[in-house]
Amino acid sequence: MLFFSFFKTLVDHEVTIELKNDLSIRGTLKSVDQFLNIKLDDIHVVDEVKYPHLSAVKNVFIRGSVVRYVHLPANAVDTALLEDATRREAAAQANKAK
Amino acid sequence: MADVENGSPTVAEPLDLVRLSLDEVVFVKLRGDRELRGRLHAYDSHCNLVLGEVEETIYIVDEDDEETIRTVKKNSEMLFVRGDSVVIIATTT
Repeated sequence: MLFFSFFKTLVDHEVTIELKNDLSIRGTLKSVDQFLNIKLDDIHVVDEVKYPHLSAVKNVFIRGSVVRYVHLPANAVDTALLEDATRREAAAQANKAK
Repeated sequence: MADVENGSPTVAEPLDLVRLSLDEVVFVKLRGDRELRGRLHAYDSHCNLVLGEVEETIYIVDEDDEETIRTVKKNSEMLFVRGDSVVIIATTT
């Protein structure tokens, strides 16, 4: 649930998603679900010359499993808060395993 | 395991090693001949990661001459990495 909550805090920010087929799509993060499927608005493909097939597309739904990276704006991420949340999640997991 | 709650340095399972690397620079090996080096800010049980100030190295083997390996370096200020690509997470000294 950690990354689901994390991505919800990044809604309406501009992100670049790199897919496992090397396609990079930049756009505004509009929504995310528990599988980390992602909806992007106002998209453009980063290397348009190499991948012209999406040039007419405005919005996309990206299946979470095909994502390799999401490049995020560093100023939108509170790293101390994120580390605390990670420790809490790890502790919760350890308690569940007992 | 009562002391896990307050984040004490007990290593009871493999991911506890990753927890000890939080806010440290880690080396991550990925599928597809890729490596990352960056500061670990978050992880979960799927090995999804968030890294800061990341340098990515991609190793590209030349198609007709398999002797030569090209490396491409890329930088990113903040990067989410999906866990299914992760092979190794190692601490750096």
